[in-house]
Amino acid sequence: MPAFGSFALLVALALSGYNLLAGAVALRQLATGRRGGISPEKLAETARRAGIASFFATACAAFALVWAAFTNDFSVAYITEHSNRALPAAYKFAALWSGQEGSLLLWAFLLSAYGFVLRARHKVDVKLTAYASTILAGIQVFFLLLVNVAATPFSLVTGAVPPDGNGLNPLLQYPEMVIHPPMLYLGYVGFSVPFAFALGALMMRYPGEKWIHITRRWTMVTWLFLTVGIFLGMHWAYSVLGWGGYWGWDPVENASLMPWLTGTAFLHSVMMQEKRGMMKSWNVWLIFSTFMLAILGTLLTRSGLVSSVHAFAQSAIGTWFWVFLVITLAVCLFTYILQRDHLKTEHKLESLVSRESSFLFNNLVLLAACFTVLWGTLFPVLSEYVQGNRVTVSAPFYNRVAVPIGVFLLFLTGIGPLLAWRSTSLRSIRRNFMLPAIVGLVVAIAIIPLGVHPWTIFTTDGQGAFYAWITFAMAAAVLTAISAEFFRGARVIQGKSGQNLLASMVELTHRNTRRYGGYIVHFGIVLIFIGISGQAFNQSHEQTMNYKQSFKLGPYRVECLDYSQDSNPNYDTEFAMLNVYRGDRFVTKLAPELRVYAVNQQPSTIVANHSTLVADLYVIYAGKDPATGQPVIKAFLNPLVAWIWIGLMVTILGTGIALAPNLSAAIAAQRHRAAVQAEPVPAGRAGD
Amino acid sequence: MRQLTRLALLPLLVVLGVATLGSADTEARYNDLGHKMMCVCGCSEILIECNHVGCPDSDRMLAELRSAIAGGGVNDAILAAFQDKYGPTVLAAPMLTKFNIVAWIVPPALLVLGLVGTFMLVKKWRLRAATMPVVEDDAVSRELRERIRKETEV
Repeated sequence: MPAFGSFALLVALALSGYNLLAGAVALRQLATGRRGGISPEKLAETARRAGIASFFATACAAFALVWAAFTNDFSVAYITEHSNRALPAAYKFAALWSGQEGSLLLWAFLLSAYGFVLRARHKVDVKLTAYASTILAGIQVFFLLLVNVAATPFSLVTGAVPPDGNGLNPLLQYPEMVIHPPMLYLGYVGFSVPFAFALGALMMRYPGEKWIHITRRWTMVTWLFLTVGIFLGMHWAYSVLGWGGYWGWDPVENASLMPWLTGTAFLHSVMMQEKRGMMKSWNVWLIFSTFMLAILGTLLTRSGLVSSVHAFAQSAIGTWFWVFLVITLAVCLFTYILQRDHLKTEHKLESLVSRESSFLFNNLVLLAACFTVLWGTLFPVLSEYVQGNRVTVSAPFYNRVAVPIGVFLLFLTGIGPLLAWRSTSLRSIRRNFMLPAIVGLVVAIAIIPLGVHPWTIFTTDGQGAFYAWITFAMAAAVLTAISAEFFRGARVIQGKSGQNLLASMVELTHRNTRRYGGYIVHFGIVLIFIGISGQAFNQSHEQTMNYKQSFKLGPYRVECLDYSQDSNPNYDTEFAMLNVYRGDRFVTKLAPELRVYAVNQQPSTIVANHSTLVADLYVIYAGKDPATGQPVIKAFLNPLVAWIWIGLMVTILGTGIALAPNLSAAIAAQRHRAAVQAEPVPAGRAGD
Repeated sequence: MRQLTRLALLPLLVVLGVATLGSADTEARYNDLGHKMMCVCGCSEILIECNHVGCPDSDRMLAELRSAIAGGGVNDAILAAFQDKYGPTVLAAPMLTKFNIVAWIVPPALLVLGLVGTFMLVKKWRLRAATMPVVEDDAVSRELRERIRKETEV
């Protein structure tokens, strides 16, 4: 099987190489009008087919590695390092992306899968797709070169084949780890497609904005994958790492956030290009930057340039990524300089108080957030270069610098959709903003007695509560504004159709899925902001516990019922059985664990969490007190965390709706007519 | 005039009052400082959040922090003492000294510059738009406006 996998990778590289070369020659011939022995159309078609075939070859290689994991083929060095016999089946599948070589193979496989769909759907626009396919083939060649030369997943062990492997990192033995990396990679890799379309459209001086229509769904789906990937990672960190939080501003986390921020900016600013023919250069550079940030993130963490708890050991592939990044930047710059006159804006901004300017500011703030994250990630390297010593840039820096930017973004989330295109009248501002402003103000005052004190900004122990206060007030205003938009639209439909308000809202959403789906996404993002703000009120308690001993944390009393230990072939475990009471009322039973994996003696905490909409009671088994042998229990009370996950669900729903096609007005009118005709004629009016 | 001076001083008094109300106690300071430092064992975790089993450093460092607070040191002096002992990477964020100030200044400065630049750009565009001739409100332009309105509705 390793030989089959290696061969499949070689074939994939050859096919992608052919796609790149033949595609480039064909497109050149088409552009210049010069023809060779084979017609450029035929040559382009063979290139497309080679691209499709490269997907099957890469899929075979990925299958070969998974097969090797499932059959415990420890002759493959990668399998020896990342799997073992006792590893449950689902995690053997996850072994594919648990190491550097495997994750690069996954990257190459997903890229070829995206390429397969793109090339199969070439009839959308044959010439533009040919350009995009060739550019994508270039990216494929890079990743396939990596897995064929620099990080080969099918290398064989030297000497005798070991009877068992080293096993999977215990931290990765968690259900979300089977989903989180593929989702994240689908997001990273997916941005290659809009990048390829944008670069292709620029190269061929594509007339009009159709390329944006073509790539809109690609971009949204990719953005959704990246969003889900990031949040699954947060949930995994929260559930597995056991430090009570979900985001540690680690360079790898930052690497995923940066393309998300620029991708979000792109999703907003392309609307300006679609609707008003503005910001063309900006959009092209936004998608170029998004793609390059995805590559840069990988470079930062794999080259050993910045230290990260996630980072793979420093390896030579960092140089490969540097070279690839420089080539990509050079190609983008060269194409832009050559074709920039094609990107002249058709309209200018007419008013500061307009939808266009809100998009502009939204983009500015998103880019400022992205720069802050990049700056914080790279500052240790800069400091070493300038001062001769590294510094750490972690949570306190981001909390002070990035949080205010986030709050500003929340503000723009609220006001942007309420502004009209071109210019907004004072009357319209008054009508749209009065109610949200009042609600925001009422909430701002109402939450002060509940302990959300804005004056913490003047204290020495952090400004968390101040930002939480602003966020809650602003979130209330934004949610009101969004609800009012739905309500206003639904009332109009209700007036015309006579449906109830809920049905009218559904129809309203169906009539303009993009707009109202977008509002629902904003709704979800606001919920996420609310959830994150709860962090300012976290409480914790640590105690060694004997039988029947208890402690209080917030409204809960945690009592130790029992503690014990157990074993299975994969790991030994110590755990405590805890009863949780609220007053005298029994709430739940929690059993935090500490596992020590047999194969590598690595410990891992299994968190016990009682989650409600108000707060999570998050309990970890921190070890045994060496003096007494009793368990040390650490408990956190984390308010509002559940709203982060609820917000994610709402965001997924909103994106799904925005991706759905509109119900055309004609169909809607037809439905109403049919509904009116189907209604029985009232008895008193018969014969009128 | 005196009344005006009193009114002007009122916000200052309120600020001082609430600042005094919020002064941190020992436990809050321990929590705050514990969040401003990193564990030095290589786990890349915030000191007070370091939870990996058998960590050789975090318990000792936290005990040092407790005794430093009990010793009556001010926050900056405690952080500086830890920095001297464990090196600059022990601080979770750079202090406001020398080159490190750049870390704090650059992102907000760029945001402010960007905002000012955007305002100026929009103003320039608006001035250009203002010099355009006014189109008469005839049936054709009404129709055109209606079409634009429909096309630009998101």
